[in-house]
Amino acid sequence: MIGNDRLAVRKTYKLYVNGAFPRSESGRTYEVTDAKGHFLANAAEASRKDARDAVVAARGAFAKWSGATAYNRGQVLYRVAEVMEGRHVQFCEEVAAGEGLSASKARAAVDAAIDRWVWYAGWTDKLAAVLGGANPVAGPYFDFSTPEPTGVVAVLAPQQSSLLGLVSVLAPVLATGNTAVVVTSKERPLPAVTLGEVLATSDVPGGVVNLLTGDAGELGTWLAEHADVDAIDLTGAPSHRAMEFEREAAGTIKRVLRPPVTEPDWTADPGLARMTPFLETKTVWHPIGL
Amino acid sequence: MTSLFEYAPAPESRSIVTIAPSYGLFIDGEFVDGTGESFPTINPATEEVLTEVSAGSEADVDRAVRAARRAFEKTWGPMRPADRGKYLFRIARLLQERAREFAVLESLDNGKPIRESRDVDVPLAAAHFFYYAGWADKLEHVGLGTQPRPLGVAGQVIPWNFPLMMLAWKVAPALAAGNTVVLKPAETTPLTALLFAEICRQADLPAGVVNIVTGAGDTGRAVVEHADVDKVAFTGSTDVGRSIARAVAGTRKKLTLELGGKAANIVFDDAPIDQAVEGIVQGIFFNQGHVCCAGSRLLVQESIHDEVVASLQRRIGTLRVGDPLDKNTDIGAINSREQLERIRELSDIGEAEGAQRWQPAGELPERGFWFPPTVFTDVSSAHRIARDEVFGPVLSVLTFRTPDEAVAKANNSTYGLSAGIWSEKGSRILKIASHLRAGVVWANTFNKFDPTSPFGGYKQSGYGREGGRHGLAAYLTGADSK
Repeated sequence: MIGNDRLAVRKTYKLYVNGAFPRSESGRTYEVTDAKGHFLANAAEASRKDARDAVVAARGAFAKWSGATAYNRGQVLYRVAEVMEGRHVQFCEEVAAGEGLSASKARAAVDAAIDRWVWYAGWTDKLAAVLGGANPVAGPYFDFSTPEPTGVVAVLAPQQSSLLGLVSVLAPVLATGNTAVVVTSKERPLPAVTLGEVLATSDVPGGVVNLLTGDAGELGTWLAEHADVDAIDLTGAPSHRAMEFEREAAGTIKRVLRPPVTEPDWTADPGLARMTPFLETKTVWHPIGL
Repeated sequence: MTSLFEYAPAPESRSIVTIAPSYGLFIDGEFVDGTGESFPTINPATEEVLTEVSAGSEADVDRAVRAARRAFEKTWGPMRPADRGKYLFRIARLLQERAREFAVLESLDNGKPIRESRDVDVPLAAAHFFYYAGWADKLEHVGLGTQPRPLGVAGQVIPWNFPLMMLAWKVAPALAAGNTVVLKPAETTPLTALLFAEICRQADLPAGVVNIVTGAGDTGRAVVEHADVDKVAFTGSTDVGRSIARAVAGTRKKLTLELGGKAANIVFDDAPIDQAVEGIVQGIFFNQGHVCCAGSRLLVQESIHDEVVASLQRRIGTLRVGDPLDKNTDIGAINSREQLERIRELSDIGEAEGAQRWQPAGELPERGFWFPPTVFTDVSSAHRIARDEVFGPVLSVLTFRTPDEAVAKANNSTYGLSAGIWSEKGSRILKIASHLRAGVVWANTFNKFDPTSPFGGYKQSGYGREGGRHGLAAYLTGADSK
């Protein structure tokens, strides 16, 4: 890519779990190719154990992240956008190679992904006002409702849109104060690993986001039935497995975001539809009196 | 029972209620014969058979769903939203007009004290209709975009603990949002739902908007699994909730679940003890403890444990257990023999596991299903009576030393429906409330409900909220809920 004699130092693409970059404990890797089938890298193929480790990390990170002020979370998410901007060229190359996009289309996807972090960063301290409020009960009580994060959210990220799609499903989970275990696009995992490097240097506490490269069909089962996962987003589930995952999720009454029939247009205005499924409403009553 | 006061009986007259010898199903605006078997519904305080009701078959449910679909497409769906609201206001008014009748019938069929059916269940049911009536022509303000749409036909399955109130919590928001409903009341408490059908007729509600299909689990399953149902709403046990979530997996059906609970009621050493004791009693003995959000785990700070327990026992000694229709009655009948067996079994397990059982002296009526108010002390977090939902008048007392320990113990449950906090310190209340993983937190009060106030659980207590703006979102789709 650079016209001189220097031999490039290639990156080893690994998982991102609990703020570190481990290989899969299984030792498995798989070949990642560009859209034309040329070798790009060997990615770590996450295993059941990796998924379980990721859930432990996400649970451990939940108290601090959900307990942070909304202002603080907003600044951290904005910081992700700042750091991504500095790696713009790298993201464009990876998205172009993996998705087979022209340079200009890849740039548009990366731009939109960065802007999406900014959009969600601005939501953190608005949600309580928009989704909660004081309830005018018929009695001498102060009664108010606030949205709170559900907990640990497993996300099967979209298979096609490797960066914009990934950010579009991850950012709402974080903006609402949840922690995430994400299974990235199987065939296009490289932008996700680079995003992990961005997150690791953006003040996002370790464990808040855990990125597993590998097969959503395999890992989805373990995450859907895992008792310490509170919610699951099935967007990137293989279509013939989604129903099975939803059934498994019922075992612990997980909140389930069902997959769309076809992968949506990720450039559309996201609205609240990816935040409300991962929010609980807490209502607190207290008597009013002298 | 040696009692502080002697009371003369003060029974509410049951003459206000007329119960037919048998009932059919309410489908498409008419009472029709079901094609399934009939089964009796009894008064749990006397075991007297009140009447026979129909066990709706799959074919009956199908007929009801088709009627609901027709009404959704032809009348209720296209109707001016303001007119939908007016029908709901009518229903609210009719419920108020016939409130005493509903209260007596509810107490007869369910066993709950008339004081509660009269002062809580029925007024709250009417209030729910009045509240959601006003939303019908304001849906663009719910927060789902400018053009939220109803989902279609809602299949609703409700429990026996608050039969009419649960009906109102389900039917009012569904209709306000423009849906039509097929509702299955609980097997043991179908009568107020059938009386509600009469209210729908008096209100001239268009045929098919509300359909009521009585029956047991099979009927409920047929409602949930019917292919032309767009929305399923269920209140009941977590086990059944799980099977419903499995059944709707992979379908387009939107699901809300309001399931079990094992609420912690936390009493700090600075709490006003007398008020707290009233709140503890209200928290666990309201409705015989047949309350998913009952304060069944009392977490009391160690330094005041003995004082609280002594005061609690003194207060429980004044509770009157007996005839649900007596206006002096505090604790009525257990709703069914099956439930009574479960309460007995879990209480026996509590003793077998080493907890100390305390019950006030006194005799229970000979006929009917009764269980005295019961307090277990020396309970540990590992005991079944501290983990399983008893759904009866059984309180487990645990202790804690620090606020952190109180929160950890309170959250140590697969459930997360409700919780209570008793303290005079405002900052502590707000801090503890923010750390409790529960959908409703009552501070210095307990078991309060209001149509404007969202209700529902965290974790395995279910998902979705009933009440308030949030309750409408369960019955609408907008640009924001693809």
